[in-house]
Amino acid sequence: MSAAQPLIGRSVERKEDYRFLTGAGQYTDDITLPQQSYACFLRSPHAHARIRSIDTAAAGASDGVLAVFTGKDLAGIGGLPCGWLIKSIDGSPMKEPKHPVLAEDKVRHAGDPLALVVAESVAQARAAAALIEVDYEVLPAVVDTATAASAKTAVHDIAPDNVCYTWAIGDKAAVDAAFARADHVTRLAIVNNRLIPNAIEPRAANAAYSRADDSYTLYVTSQNPHVERLLMTAFVLGLPEHKVRVIAPDVGGGFGSKIYLYAEETALVWAARRVGRPIKWTAERSESFLTDAHGRDHVSTAELALDRNGAFLALRVHTTANLGAYLSTFASCIPTILYATLLAGQYATPAVYCEVQAVFTNTTPVDAYRGAGRPEATYLLERTVEQAARELGIDPAELRRRNFIRSFPYASPVGLTYDTGDYEATLNRVLDIADVRGFAARKAESARRGLLRGIGYSCYIEACGIAPSNIAGALGARAGLFEAGEVRVHPTGKVTVFTGSHSHGQGHETTFAQVVADKLGLALEDVDIQHGDTGKVLFGMGTYGSRSLAVGGTAIIKAVDKIIAKGKKIAAHLLEASDADVEFAHGEFRVAGTDRKKTFGEVALAAYVPHNYPLDKLEPGLNENAFYDPTNFTFPAGSYVCEVEVDPDTGAVRVARFTASDDFGNVVNPMIVEGQVHGGLAQGIGQALLEGCVYGSDGQLLTGSYVDYAMPRASDLPGFRVDTVKGTPCTHNPLGVKGCGEAGAIGSPPAVMNAILDALAARGVKSLDMPATPYRVWQAIQAAARR
Amino acid sequence: MSQISYHRPATLADAARLAASDPDARILAGGQSVLPSMRLGLLAPSALIDLAAVGELEGIRSDGRTLTIGAMTTHAAVAASQEVQARIAALAQLARSIGDAQVRNRGTIGGSVANSDPAADYPAAVLALNATIRTSARSIAADGFFTGLFSTALRPGELIGALDFPLPVKAAYVKFPQPASRFALVGVFVAQAGNAVRVAVTGAGPCVFRAAALETALGRSFTPQACDGVRMDPDALSSDIHGSAGYRAHLIPVLARRAVQQILG
Repeated sequence: MSAAQPLIGRSVERKEDYRFLTGAGQYTDDITLPQQSYACFLRSPHAHARIRSIDTAAAGASDGVLAVFTGKDLAGIGGLPCGWLIKSIDGSPMKEPKHPVLAEDKVRHAGDPLALVVAESVAQARAAAALIEVDYEVLPAVVDTATAASAKTAVHDIAPDNVCYTWAIGDKAAVDAAFARADHVTRLAIVNNRLIPNAIEPRAANAAYSRADDSYTLYVTSQNPHVERLLMTAFVLGLPEHKVRVIAPDVGGGFGSKIYLYAEETALVWAARRVGRPIKWTAERSESFLTDAHGRDHVSTAELALDRNGAFLALRVHTTANLGAYLSTFASCIPTILYATLLAGQYATPAVYCEVQAVFTNTTPVDAYRGAGRPEATYLLERTVEQAARELGIDPAELRRRNFIRSFPYASPVGLTYDTGDYEATLNRVLDIADVRGFAARKAESARRGLLRGIGYSCYIEACGIAPSNIAGALGARAGLFEAGEVRVHPTGKVTVFTGSHSHGQGHETTFAQVVADKLGLALEDVDIQHGDTGKVLFGMGTYGSRSLAVGGTAIIKAVDKIIAKGKKIAAHLLEASDADVEFAHGEFRVAGTDRKKTFGEVALAAYVPHNYPLDKLEPGLNENAFYDPTNFTFPAGSYVCEVEVDPDTGAVRVARFTASDDFGNVVNPMIVEGQVHGGLAQGIGQALLEGCVYGSDGQLLTGSYVDYAMPRASDLPGFRVDTVKGTPCTHNPLGVKGCGEAGAIGSPPAVMNAILDALAARGVKSLDMPATPYRVWQAIQAAARR
Repeated sequence: MSQISYHRPATLADAARLAASDPDARILAGGQSVLPSMRLGLLAPSALIDLAAVGELEGIRSDGRTLTIGAMTTHAAVAASQEVQARIAALAQLARSIGDAQVRNRGTIGGSVANSDPAADYPAAVLALNATIRTSARSIAADGFFTGLFSTALRPGELIGALDFPLPVKAAYVKFPQPASRFALVGVFVAQAGNAVRVAVTGAGPCVFRAAALETALGRSFTPQACDGVRMDPDALSSDIHGSAGYRAHLIPVLARRAVQQILG
């Protein structure tokens, strides 16, 4: 590849795909260590029960068993920590009950682990676990989000009303005043359905202890191995951080569910030294359903005040958020900091107020899942706006247009400052690509086939790359939000980049290499990206919140800049020029205005074979690192249009067309970005039509397998029309990039539901919750017919 | 850990003898229900009797009055059979709609019919097409075969050898999938042989059943509209998170109407 042809902006094929497509990927379960042993966790069959006693004698004597541990054995270690302190309106800190690694006095959700069996084989560990006798005193279960705070049972003694916190944002008085003078108020009750993540690769861990140097190695399915290590060593196990190496090898999808520090890997590390053998655990799919942190689960009311021209005056929201049985690692900040701050959306609504009550229930912990708070905000806002348009008889695209933010930077009434955007541009583009003008004809054609066709819109805003650390810290964050990168130039001029951003489907090994190769004027194959190993990478906060290129990529660029700066000094020496006269472009250091030059490779060699080198002024070698803490979030935004056909006789919904126009700022690899949008749309459409976690009133998970939990399949989805190329560049990172990983999952659910409600409007259906399964749609049609 | 004996007989008679000698043995006729059930710990048989080597259970043939399908014929083979496509296209189409490619390559018609899963597809075809189930001991008419949830008229040690489907017949099968499993939430098989109309429903109750009201209405007038006035009683139907008995009752005539539309082209 010639340096004259920039790599940034090109859809180069993914470097990592050869190993993935040929089965050569190395996932945690692929790694088997000498003297490997295997773990099985005994899990609670009950949602809520007191543990009277546990008898492990028979299990301990079972074939092949090396050890059996219960919560009593682990009583000396800490609980799994929560990374964000939220304070209630009255200033009191959130209720933070201990999350034991293995249950101690009580089990609090079906699947809660209470014993660890280590054996020579998985089958022996399982057989032994079945021999453990537990005497449970079964307690009533708290399950329902909306009524958890009035339940007679407490999940945790320190939260007798099951309320973790009651938090608020915005100017309540200003909102109330705006409602008092409103010409129209749109109100709706809205549920954001609980989702189960379902990465293709289940969670897994393999923990080893070396007596030789008193060190630990943990292979684990993690999106952020350094964070995993820090939390595990400093907060739970009290191990020296420098004696623990965490490796997250190839990881088969995360979607947020692999951000968190889980009980299983923590117990394995603890047990590895005691057993004296490496211990491996890989979740069964049914364990994944029960124990991977779930997503969403909000019950809300929304009120939008408008004047007679359709201008938004104020938005008032109340949300009850289900946190599950324990506080997962980032659970507390999802329905607050990452949710309510997004409620202004793309609109210049002058006043917004949102109150959030977060509750404990006897269900699997809930945490970030693709979008994390932002899909919940977008769904609520875009359903509300569309309903307002319907009530006022204003075209829904036109109502949005009237209320768009038009000047940037824009300080929203819920705490964010949007640096840039052009919402009119993405809306205009999507209306054009979606051929909205042709909708009436398509609707008539559907009607001839007995089908109800509807069209729905969604204009979303997203905040990616949560930052900066100091402001987040003031809001309760207990972690930094920077990223780290290292650029190692080898003597031959080849480059290895170490990044704290983990890649588990995002394509960093390609995208980051494109950026570095362009900056250094190298061929793509001369740059290698390494990630996911605390033994190799200097530090990292990991991959979440669509931050990798904007934050991790910027850290790498800053290290590249240092490489170039040092290279200029070396080149100046070699070319007998002054540092200031040396320019770097297309892989060459050149004395400005002359043809005297040194290639990048020549400079690299000089740095490592410093025979002709300014050793008195400059260290040899060419290796730099950088930490980057962003000054702000990035704000991708876009407009989506969905068309559905509803079969009124069965309630079946088919997504007939889906069109997305996204503004991700500058795009490094359009193919990868488009793929990310496709995946996000599939997940968002899955949430809207198919996915819904259901618990029985006793707290049993009724959708605990693919027999009952419906994932989207290719046949559920149309061919997407996606437009992601031209955008408004982010103003505060050098690439001008924003973030694309979650957009599809954020923007699509309201577009789908608005389309269904448009289709059903003629049948008198005014509201519908996700997932819009055929049964639920049919029920809505029946109920409307009875009215 | 449990030990399981594995048998691989070469004839149906040997297989039946083995099955009769051990009431806790299970037949492996493709393993698409038995093996997952064992893996989930729901089933712990003493022995598996694998019918894969019983050659006489293979094959599809027709004499013009009957289409005969051997019990160990896979769904994929039925779906691809030109004989089935020519004689009872609805049966080939039904086979193509079962599970996924892996299931269709392993699962067999005999295994499905013997299992009498409440949401299985084949029982609807067997019942609506008025097939005869030929076993290691006798012939059983479809009307007397499916007796309840996972239960049939098969006696202990009695194995299915083949299924005989009477010809000629016009038929169609319309399946409304449960969104997650893609099994039939409701599946309706409509068959018209001469003046007789048979309608079999799967997915909606504890096992496949005939919808008498629809048969009467369609017997009077074999038109899509004939299904419109038919009301199914939800009392005997299944209810779960994917659909109430009322929803299933509603779907039966809707799907029957679509099947009739298909038959009439």
